[in-house]
Amino acid sequence: MLQFSKYQTAGILGLILLAALFAVPNLLNEEQRAALPDFVPKTTVNLGLDLQGGSYLLLSVDTEKVIDDRIRSLLGDIRREMRPSSAAGRARIAIESLTYNQESNRVILRVADPADLDEADERVRDVTRGGIGGALGLGTRAYAVSRTGGRIEVSMTQEAQQFYAREAVRDSIEVVRRRIDPAGNKEVSIQPQGADRIVVQVPGDEDPEALKAIINRTGQLSFHRHDPSVNLQDAMAGLVPPGRALCPMAEFDGTTRPSPSSGELCGPLDNASQLPMVLIEDAEVTGDMVENAWAEQNPDGAGFQISFRFDSRGARRFADYTQNNIGSIFAIVLDGEIISAPVIQSAITQGSGRITGDFSVQEASQTALLIRSGALPAELTTLEQRSVGAQLGADSVRAGSMALIIGFIAVIIYMVVSYGRFGIYADIALIANIVLIAGVLSLLGSTLTLPGIAGIVLTVGMAVDANVLIFERIREELRNGKAPINAAETGYQKAWSAILDANVTTFLAALIMFQLGAGPVRGFAITLAVGVVTSVFTAYVLTRLVAGSYLLGQRPKEMTL
Amino acid sequence: MHFKLVPDNTKIAFTRMRMAAAVFSAALIVGSIFSLYAFGLNFGIDFRGGVTIEVADSEPIDLGEVRAAVSGLGLGNVNVQNIRDFAGSEEAVVVFIEQQTVEDLPEGVDQATANEEAQQEARGQVLSALRELLGDDMEVRKIDVVGPTVSGELIRKGAIAVALAIAMMLLYIWFRFEWQFSLGAIIALIHDVVITMGMFAVTQLKFELAIIAAILTIVGYSMNDTVVVYDRVRENLRKYKQKPLADLLDLSINETLSRTFMTSVTTLLALIALAVFGGTVLRGFTLAMIWGILIGTYSSIFVASPLLLATGVKRDWSKQPAAATP
Repeated sequence: MLQFSKYQTAGILGLILLAALFAVPNLLNEEQRAALPDFVPKTTVNLGLDLQGGSYLLLSVDTEKVIDDRIRSLLGDIRREMRPSSAAGRARIAIESLTYNQESNRVILRVADPADLDEADERVRDVTRGGIGGALGLGTRAYAVSRTGGRIEVSMTQEAQQFYAREAVRDSIEVVRRRIDPAGNKEVSIQPQGADRIVVQVPGDEDPEALKAIINRTGQLSFHRHDPSVNLQDAMAGLVPPGRALCPMAEFDGTTRPSPSSGELCGPLDNASQLPMVLIEDAEVTGDMVENAWAEQNPDGAGFQISFRFDSRGARRFADYTQNNIGSIFAIVLDGEIISAPVIQSAITQGSGRITGDFSVQEASQTALLIRSGALPAELTTLEQRSVGAQLGADSVRAGSMALIIGFIAVIIYMVVSYGRFGIYADIALIANIVLIAGVLSLLGSTLTLPGIAGIVLTVGMAVDANVLIFERIREELRNGKAPINAAETGYQKAWSAILDANVTTFLAALIMFQLGAGPVRGFAITLAVGVVTSVFTAYVLTRLVAGSYLLGQRPKEMTL
Repeated sequence: MHFKLVPDNTKIAFTRMRMAAAVFSAALIVGSIFSLYAFGLNFGIDFRGGVTIEVADSEPIDLGEVRAAVSGLGLGNVNVQNIRDFAGSEEAVVVFIEQQTVEDLPEGVDQATANEEAQQEARGQVLSALRELLGDDMEVRKIDVVGPTVSGELIRKGAIAVALAIAMMLLYIWFRFEWQFSLGAIIALIHDVVITMGMFAVTQLKFELAIIAAILTIVGYSMNDTVVVYDRVRENLRKYKQKPLADLLDLSINETLSRTFMTSVTTLLALIALAVFGGTVLRGFTLAMIWGILIGTYSSIFVASPLLLATGVKRDWSKQPAAATP
């Protein structure tokens, strides 16, 4: 039990040295780390946001709306498919009704003449034939078409729904990244979580308010024709003709208004102080045709403006449109509100334009960033926000390290007072344990949170438990009259089963915490779990090596513990 | 001679105190359940949803002024407290706003989304009110905003985690020992968890996510303590086949008593360091742990072991058939 071969000894000490090697970079600053030779690992423990300050946001992507939007655009496709086309050589099919049931996610088509049913079925199958990109492989259809009685039902397949939801999350992450980190030089982390969530972590003292203001807007931009033929009073009373939309003017008073509901161009009118406008729903030009946008001083007056440039397709469309509509009003709609509604003075053919209004510099540059970064596929809702100031983070690091050092010293002294020489052995194990924990955490590149530090402090208190079990056992054996070496042998042997059981239970608890816990609790679970494993090694193996070399080397006749 | 917390060869008849212990434990449990029912837990925003904002200023902050400024916003229940460091000087002021719900929504607006956004709006209002009161140089130390979805999930996950931890302990002890031990250990565990939660109900300390972590750690620790005693009981059952069970349990508890106290003391040393020097953020967690260690130590001596008397244990751990031993 106390005898170790040369190889075993080398193995044990080597393992601790290796851990030390992994732990060392944490003590150095960046320059010193860069100067290290190549064979030294350079990964360090990352400080959690609660220690370095920063913001954590849990966002939910409205994937239902994304799917909804797709199905709504399918409605248009089906309707178009039923029109006559000389190119495709097909006749008109009269539609009796084409409805979309949002609850059951189903499109139902009824044709006027039952004789057209087969032909209509054919055409619906044609228009829905497309797969959902190569990602799902061949033969995966986005829609299932079925016929019950006299109607044709189209529904999106489960695979397609999942695919589009995943795609929406992926696209949202891209857009959010472009918005938070346009230059790509910050240490932001934007990760998907579950089916429809995104976790955004931004370290540092950045204003969480500004951060959220820029994430929570969809950034849906489009250019619309004003329809002066609709009576505004009638429209406001609820009589909006089909294909038209009643849009509120943006207020720029810092409040965020409810966004438009699914399938709608414009948001609700509530509390708007300016009169709304009736617009034609189909956009003349859309935001995805805008190539670039930036804020600049308004050369003609006070305040700031947003200048933008279309891509070639947008430029052509905009030129055509402005040429044919000189003198009429068009509206620029952003997220359900009209941000500008100028009169077309002349044809705009150079492919660029500007949005004027009484913008402050922040409003203008934020709006420009929104337009530039592109629209989110769906609105993001903030489910959870945790922001910690850098000052509190630094305080926590100081307090946590202080607690660790003092707890450590207290336990070390107490062990020596209680067990003398063997207490020193246990303390050696304790120090080695801290080194091992630091090494393993660095190796895993894990994040150290304040609860994580608490986990380490707690491990310090609990790690000596295995040694206490062993030493108490050795005491008992000594009292029973055994010789020191023999007592130590038996002590180590007999304590093992209790050590194993005791640590497995703590490990299990840590495992559950990790599995079910949120961010900070996970940090605690990781250090606790790592600490349990390393402490068994140092307390049971390392102390045995040290104690064994003393006992077998000195062969003491008597021993007090 | 080294310092010994517990003298050698103690012979305390713990099992004879089991009636007193049972009364004591029953009183604590009844008191805990009563407090949980009567006062309830003071859930933090992790579980209740809402907004917490912690601010500090170079000058002392007048709590009354803050309360007045924030109450004026019409955001429902407002709670303003100050945080003091261990020496008693003020560090910061925390403002809690209860979870916001939106009523009378315009048509077509999703209720769930609107509720989530209402928390954000409340956060913005409180921040600007505080900024107006304290000036732009105030230090925003911490902002937590938890909406209804996440708070619901955290409650569910927390409850599942504690239940799952207890269940896994049950299975593990069953697997390593036998069901009588498993039952005793689990009753002791539930005892510890209930009394710890009772402490939170009585003191009205904030019950937040970190407390769930503390409870899980207590579960692990208390189990650890119990297992060490049980391990010795099992060993002694093999050694002394004729000894009355009560005496055997007493012997096992006394033999492991020194270890039980040593480990509790070292763990408490670390925890006290954390409570005194570890800053205000972890205080609730640390207090829960300290309480849990005390209760867990008590329960493994006075609850888990005497319970073996009630459940009865297999006396014969040898491989021979039962008929071969008297």
